[in-house]
Amino acid sequence: MRASLLAGLALALLAGSAPAAGDWTLARLLAGFATTREARASFIERKRVAVLDRPLVSTGELRFAAPDRLEKRTLRPRPELLRVEGDRLSIERGERNLEIDLRSYPEVAAFVESIRGTLAGDRGALERFYHLRLEGDAASWALTLTPRAPTMAALVKHVRIAGKEAEISVIEIQQANGDSTLMSVQRLPASR
Amino acid sequence: MSRRVLPIAAWLAALAAAAAIAASARYTADLSAFLPDSPSPAQQLLVDQLRDGAVGRVMLLAIQGGDAAARASASRTLATHLRGDARFAFVANGAAGSAQRERELLFRNRYVLSPAVRVARFEVEGLRAAIAETLDTVASSAGGLAQSLLARDPTGEMTRLVEARLADASPPAVRDGVWASRDGERAVLLVRTAASGADTDAQESAVNAVRAAFAEANPGGTLRLRMTGGGVFAVESRALIKSEVARVAALGIVLVATLLLLAYRSLIAVLLGLLPVATGAAVGVAAVASGFGFVHGVALGLGATLIGEAVDYAIYLFVQTGAQPEDRGGQRAWMGEFWPTIRLGVLTSIAGFGALLLSGFPGLAQLGLYSICGLAAAALFTRHVLPCLLPRGFSVRDLSGLGARLSAAVSFAARGRRLVPVLALAAAVVLLAKRDSLWAHDLSALNTVSLEAQNFDGRLREDLGAGDARYLVVAEGATEQQALLAAERVGATLRPLVARGVITGFDSPAHYLPSEATQRARAESLPAARVLRQRLEQALRGMSLRASRLGGFVEDVERARSGPPLTRADLQGSGLGVALDAMLLRHGSGWQSLLPLRAPLEGKGSVDAAEVRNALQGSGAVFLDLKAETDALYSGYLNEAIALSAAGVGVVLLLLMAVLRSPARVGRVVAPLGAAVLVTAAVLGAAGPPLTLLHLIGFLLVVAVGSNYALFFERAADAGAPTPRVLASLALANATTVAAFGVLATADVPVLRAIGTTVSLGALLSLVFAALLARARPGTAR
Repeated sequence: MRASLLAGLALALLAGSAPAAGDWTLARLLAGFATTREARASFIERKRVAVLDRPLVSTGELRFAAPDRLEKRTLRPRPELLRVEGDRLSIERGERNLEIDLRSYPEVAAFVESIRGTLAGDRGALERFYHLRLEGDAASWALTLTPRAPTMAALVKHVRIAGKEAEISVIEIQQANGDSTLMSVQRLPASR
Repeated sequence: MSRRVLPIAAWLAALAAAAAIAASARYTADLSAFLPDSPSPAQQLLVDQLRDGAVGRVMLLAIQGGDAAARASASRTLATHLRGDARFAFVANGAAGSAQRERELLFRNRYVLSPAVRVARFEVEGLRAAIAETLDTVASSAGGLAQSLLARDPTGEMTRLVEARLADASPPAVRDGVWASRDGERAVLLVRTAASGADTDAQESAVNAVRAAFAEANPGGTLRLRMTGGGVFAVESRALIKSEVARVAALGIVLVATLLLLAYRSLIAVLLGLLPVATGAAVGVAAVASGFGFVHGVALGLGATLIGEAVDYAIYLFVQTGAQPEDRGGQRAWMGEFWPTIRLGVLTSIAGFGALLLSGFPGLAQLGLYSICGLAAAALFTRHVLPCLLPRGFSVRDLSGLGARLSAAVSFAARGRRLVPVLALAAAVVLLAKRDSLWAHDLSALNTVSLEAQNFDGRLREDLGAGDARYLVVAEGATEQQALLAAERVGATLRPLVARGVITGFDSPAHYLPSEATQRARAESLPAARVLRQRLEQALRGMSLRASRLGGFVEDVERARSGPPLTRADLQGSGLGVALDAMLLRHGSGWQSLLPLRAPLEGKGSVDAAEVRNALQGSGAVFLDLKAETDALYSGYLNEAIALSAAGVGVVLLLLMAVLRSPARVGRVVAPLGAAVLVTAAVLGAAGPPLTLLHLIGFLLVVAVGSNYALFFERAADAGAPTPRVLASLALANATTVAAFGVLATADVPVLRAIGTTVSLGALLSLVFAALLARARPGTAR
């Protein structure tokens, strides 16, 4: 039941910087991300739900720290903090707190890995859950992740991550039921 | 000839009657033996819970070894097998299908189940607020469910129900689609048996069914199954006790028979010597059965131990009458000379055990009646029937030679008489220092289950989020509906306790099946379709959700408004139905709602009982801390047994005073006994874990057996020490007691070990101290 509670869980994340030149391959893209230890970005998320006339908009901040810590801090419309570290995922939302073990929820883990695996440059993690397809060049690329597992495919058609060099600008999650989430990401200077 | 026939015929008739009564008696092995005559409501509820409650029916299974995929596959096969077996009411392993069924039930009935459903929530403002909140949830990272149900459930009742269910129990981890331990190293399943946890035969059959099903689920043999739970432990304990009793009894019988055979050199004497015990046991059981109408297992087991003293009677007869007991003159002389001493010993034992008769606990009172009647029967048999049964030419070896050597030893030992008061004093000091921790008031002291198994059970319960249901609130009603209403009222008084952190949460049958009155109130607070549509138009003004998209919502509300109420039958076969069955029970002529409380995580996971009782005051509901109540019950039992035993000692002193008519003579009898009990208690108390009820029973037996030794020594006090022949009989009686109970002391079961160590050490010390305190025989002490 908890899996379904989180089934629509939309995560997101951001970017790093790395040199890029010559042929644009998945290996080069991920190598660029792999050199990034920490990154911060602001986001605007637009969730399109079939029965709603307008998308639901939320804004906030994303943080990543290698190798496996990911944070999504929503500021509007309602403060919320989603944190992933290793196999633990927690959501703090006002009085309601939720903590789960990702190993118990493969579908949620797959969501997390689409973003975290990209940011960490971890091709193994990505390919465990998705078929990968890279298009474009270093200046404008798009990575499409299509779920391998049928249980996951029943929920998500694909996740599409687009950016420039080792920096993500858009994350798009297309759900199987037609709903979708589009997250625009703007890199912020690393806090320190 | 007729002088022999008459007693034998009377004995056979009595034995036949006793056997008939014993055969038709009702035997119970449940905890009601520990329940006082007039139990408090809490005590009665406690015993009901332990006997029939859901706790005892739960089995926890763990599959270990192999890899996660193999464990998950075995878990699925095992669950499928068990679901098809009528011995199991419920089998859960976390596989997706059952959760789906539960979710559909919750969704279909969300408007009668959700406590948030009120008139205001479905008015314009309430709708606007509820829908705005749902949209916020959809926008959040945890909004998946709300998003998928938005069109049918815009007020978010389902999300609320699911979150409440999640908050109520921490669900197990999942690996490869089935429940697993937190570390993922074992697959775990939760099973509830159809039979009561107290029905050990049925539990054993269920345990065997699980083993057989697992063998089929694990054809490669690479995986291992481990089971815990109240019923499983009862089965394992019984098997262990059975095998240990069989081992110990076999070894004990061989040892005692060998000793007797060596002493008597006559097989017929050995066999005849067992008849007093057998007669006593049969009469004891028959007496309890006719006096109480039923026999407790605890009285049966401990009573058989207490009349173990009867083994000695035949020894005294055979050895003390000398080489020619068939010589009628010898027997008559024995009757005149020794029988009064043995009779006083029997009376002493009866006086000591008899105090138990006054107990308010039927288990103890039965034990008292059993031992009184059993000992009396054994003594009468030895006095009047056994001599008639001895065949012509019957004789046992003359042990006078052994006795002579013992006489020399006794006169030598008398030089060490000062040792007795010194040891007794030292023992008294030890006991005084340990007086607060001497007795174990915790029932777990009698537990046969190993600490390792108990800890593993605890880990599995954590894995499965299956609490041990230690804390319960019980609310009663004349009908099922009244019990549900009572549960709802209790729920309302418990909610502030959750808010204050006294408890973390609670479960209630009304969460799964609200009372009809509550269901009706919720349904009536829903507006008619036409009204709801109008209100939605107004409420949704300016929002991104249009009323025209919410046709499904309006339909569902209308169905909830006019549909039949949710019934128990609707929930059958689902996890919700199983949860309800465990919490809403028929009880006597009425019904009971059980509300398990979850302890706060702080404060060692215990609930402040006073706070809960305070909140429940006047509600008629009862708070139960199963562990505390069980311990209190056992502690009361133990305290009463201690007090009655002390009273028994007083009666014994009065009896001895009345018969011996001399404080000095009474002192000579009591001194070795008292010293033996003190030293035994000090040794066991200082060396081992705290003493239990079984140690106390052991002390009673030490006094019963030892009083005979002391009386024989006292009787011969004027002559210095008993005759060699009497000494030999005492040594033989003592050797058999020490051998039989020494074997018991090696048992792998704490209760058997407790009795074994107490009696073997106590009996030995009684004889040694009696010898040490004996006056040197004028003729032998030089």
